[in-house]
Amino acid sequence: MQYLEESYDVVVVGAGHAGCEAALACARLGLETIMFTVSVDSIALMPCNPNIGGSSKGHLVRELDALGGEMGKNIDKTFIQSKMLNQSKGPAVHSLRAQADKQDYSRSMRRILENTDHLTIRQAEVSEIITENGILTGVKTFSGAVYHCKAAVLATGTYLRARCIYGDVSNYTGPNGLQAANHLTDSLKANGIEMRRFKTGTPARVDKRSIDFSKMEEQLGDDRVVPFSFSTDPESIQKEQISCWLTYTNSSTHEIIRNNLDRSPLYSGAIEGTGPRYCPSIEDKVVKFPDKDRHQVFVEPEGLYTNEMYLGGMSSSLPEDVQYAMYRTVPGLENVKIVRNAYAIEYDCINSRQLYATLEFKAVSGLFSGGQFNGSSGYEEAAVQGFMAGVNAAMKILKREPVILDRSQAYIGVLIDDLVTKENLEPYRMMTSRAEYRLLLRQDNADLRLMGIGHQIGLISDERYKELLKKEEAIELEIKRLESTNMGASSKVQEFLEKHGSTPLKTGTTLAELVRRPELDYVMLTDIDTNRLPLPNDVMEQVDINIKYEGYIRRQKQQVSQYKKLENRKLQAEFDYAEVKGLRREAIQKLNLYKPLSIGQASRISGVSPADISVLLVYLEQMKFHKNTDQKE
Amino acid sequence: MKMNTIAAIATAMSSSGIGIVRISGEESFQIIDRIFKGKGKRVKRLSDEKSHTIHYGFIYDGEELIDEVLVLLMRGPGSYTGEDTVEIDCHGGVLVTKKILETVLKYGARPAEPGEFTKRAFLSGRIDLTQAEAVIDVINAKNQYALKSSVSQLDGAVSKRVRALRETIIYHIAFIESALDDPEHISLDGYQETLLQGIMPIKEELKRLIRSSENGRVLSEGIETVIMGKPNAGKSSLLNVLVGEDRAIVTDIAGTTRDTLKEQIILEDLSLNMIDTAGIRDTEDVVEKIGVEKARQAAEGADLIIYVVDGSCPLDENDEDILSFIEGRKAVTVLNKSDLSMVVTPDLLNKRTSHKVITISARNRSGIEDLEHEIKTMFYEGEIDFNDQVYITNVRQKNALEEAYKSLSMVEQSIHDGMAEDFYSIDLMDAYEQLGIILGESIEDDLVNEIFSKFCMGK
Repeated sequence: MQYLEESYDVVVVGAGHAGCEAALACARLGLETIMFTVSVDSIALMPCNPNIGGSSKGHLVRELDALGGEMGKNIDKTFIQSKMLNQSKGPAVHSLRAQADKQDYSRSMRRILENTDHLTIRQAEVSEIITENGILTGVKTFSGAVYHCKAAVLATGTYLRARCIYGDVSNYTGPNGLQAANHLTDSLKANGIEMRRFKTGTPARVDKRSIDFSKMEEQLGDDRVVPFSFSTDPESIQKEQISCWLTYTNSSTHEIIRNNLDRSPLYSGAIEGTGPRYCPSIEDKVVKFPDKDRHQVFVEPEGLYTNEMYLGGMSSSLPEDVQYAMYRTVPGLENVKIVRNAYAIEYDCINSRQLYATLEFKAVSGLFSGGQFNGSSGYEEAAVQGFMAGVNAAMKILKREPVILDRSQAYIGVLIDDLVTKENLEPYRMMTSRAEYRLLLRQDNADLRLMGIGHQIGLISDERYKELLKKEEAIELEIKRLESTNMGASSKVQEFLEKHGSTPLKTGTTLAELVRRPELDYVMLTDIDTNRLPLPNDVMEQVDINIKYEGYIRRQKQQVSQYKKLENRKLQAEFDYAEVKGLRREAIQKLNLYKPLSIGQASRISGVSPADISVLLVYLEQMKFHKNTDQKE
Repeated sequence: MKMNTIAAIATAMSSSGIGIVRISGEESFQIIDRIFKGKGKRVKRLSDEKSHTIHYGFIYDGEELIDEVLVLLMRGPGSYTGEDTVEIDCHGGVLVTKKILETVLKYGARPAEPGEFTKRAFLSGRIDLTQAEAVIDVINAKNQYALKSSVSQLDGAVSKRVRALRETIIYHIAFIESALDDPEHISLDGYQETLLQGIMPIKEELKRLIRSSENGRVLSEGIETVIMGKPNAGKSSLLNVLVGEDRAIVTDIAGTTRDTLKEQIILEDLSLNMIDTAGIRDTEDVVEKIGVEKARQAAEGADLIIYVVDGSCPLDENDEDILSFIEGRKAVTVLNKSDLSMVVTPDLLNKRTSHKVITISARNRSGIEDLEHEIKTMFYEGEIDFNDQVYITNVRQKNALEEAYKSLSMVEQSIHDGMAEDFYSIDLMDAYEQLGIILGESIEDDLVNEIFSKFCMGK
């Protein structure tokens, strides 16, 4: 029965990390937005690991921030420990990770959402999408209420027909025992959307009082905390940090696991979903890497006001009694008390090749989706997709150009391109090795890369954007100055070089050349660079990196310009490739299935060969010619 | 990064009077500057010269003189491809032309993809649009051929070695990458040394492969030649004579079908790839038809057919078949068994075929020189040439080996310079991709799969 009808511009289904960003983006762009969740108390919930960021994920958060998303600001407000990973490696792989106070994170995000204009939060299960001739017109809740809308973003996370499993126990609930959403799947299928089933897992949470930390190694945060958000003042977030702890499994842990494999639903076949290889359960690790005699266990606080600790590295779906036995073999956990046991969760999601790079469904106009529903994993991956889906839903309603980031612009571009172009057989996780232009896509320059686009979208203020332009100019001027400032072989310079173990000068050279020496850097040169004006830290950092790695950066830029050539050759989404003479049958099939938006994207589809791309290029030329002559006539 | 400037031999790979190497793309003029020296002491930079001019001079690889040449300069868009184009006209001859192409590749061009000049010409509007379909056909046909030849030309042992090198390289990349993705689980401490140790044997192996590709041992370039004839006509004897003790059997290449054997015969600077269907030998006294059919299949794609006639018995149905098959194809007719009493005469054969007839005795080794002479004449007069796609495949493969070698040297350099580990994987990946070209394999998700299968990641 229908008993209530309301109209909105945008409906967002789900209030996890994807849903929050989608709803905020739309509402901030002035669109009337309603966000549905099965539980208002679980907005921006972190049902698995208690941290944000990490290798390549930290990049995603910074990029999101530069575009105008919320995640970076929110973690800056609620972190309890922060670390820049890979500091000893090159700048491209430095990556920020912060431990969150989970409850604080969730509460703080909820406060932002509740106080955003044009945004309505509604607790209800969306059970149907309503379409007319392949165009989305609204959604319906389980109770029968109808909400008309111009666009919707699905961000259902792991809630669709969710099932939590450990041992032979299986509950039809979402994470943390929250209500699952059991009805939407059928409605999506009825609209021609193909569903699949993925699986993931989480370790136990244990009582801090039952842990003997003296047997573990303390893991401290960085002395100097770097914020995620470009708008957070670094001074404002220097605070006392909470430690994490490191311990290891051992041969008795592994023996218990091996002896009980027959009771694991993973190996008994009770779990049908496909799990991620990069986030294996402890039983998976033991089986797949039998030679490793120990695995790391990171014991991480869930927040400041709880005794619950997260056992990173030991997710499992073994029965409760086996969990107890195996955890208690780990040094420091001999008397551990479990608060919440580990479990695996299975859920419905889509094969993301059904989406355009705008994250809009090919089959249903106006329907967008993001996050774990798209077959990804991780809070950060979810947030950036939610944001892009929300932005593109808004662009569509506002009749503006869609926003698609490409692989040379952002990790976000890599992520979405991989999702919509490649065959993904497991939950997709971002990795730095997936970004072929990663020397350019650094976390330190995310603002320089993307804030202009955020400003264009309308989610970065004019004021903020002006600051960015100033920064850009300062970097450029300083690089020019270093490239053109000559240093003679004066005794002062020679002494300086000697002091730092650097070869003395034979003839004069530029400051830039000195920066390029591996043993020197920009800051060190302060001693001999007498005309230097004081510059902000972030400007100095850019100057240093850009000069130091100039050769590599130039090489990647050349690769990018090649890549762009194919990327800029646009293809029409609705097009029958069978019309193109000379394409192989497999290519026709794949191209019709994926409907790529550019030649570049087409070239990355497996089963499309370089010869097929040549044929397509020739065909496009032909079409262009015909179009021109048609217009002339 | 050599990406956009392409080069290829524009003339057929025969011993014609002139050989042309064509370069097209943004860097064409820079590349020719690097390898061209004019006559006399004055340094002549061709990039300063006017478009559509011809220059006399020499091509050098560093200090080494390659050939005396004429260079034709054409600036885009006034060229076939619409891009800056340089044509190097050299003295012809397979070796010299090849060497010039290799020099051009060494100094910054990459080998053109099949049909790429035509494609570029088309895309820049130089070819009439009505020819679009023809262009597509060229691309497809050349690709099919290149694909076929790159796979079939590659010796099984070589591909196995290249594959093993690739596996080692991707293992190193995966290790570095998993450590970058999961620094708390996997440490790179001291890995520089391990990697240096790991790279050394790979580089040595690549060097060996490059050397052997120069010796023509990796791939068989040459005139694909098939001997046809009815059973007992003396095909095997002829083959044995041709490859006899005084001639080198350069290599035995197991072909795509198990029962085909190729043997390479060198006639001065010509090489013949004799395709012998082992079936012919084995089934001589079994079902007669089989031998003929097998040879026919091989002959379909051959550059040259040697038709052996048994002069001691009358032409039969098999001979009729072959005679009509070779009509319109490049072939030479050999009348064998002149040592026995002949029932088939040269005159008779001359009436039945337009091809030249040579009388020999494989048993007595008489007439063999005439046959060799005839083959050489056919080649030099341009009647036969070997398919340049095979050669181009070879160049591409050798080029890939060299590029992989260079990339690995860059890894070493990065290690010595104290660069961070993430820089190594960039060059390692380049090496991996280059070796993939040889095997005709792309990267797809190799790395991610390797990471997950070899290293235990996970939070």
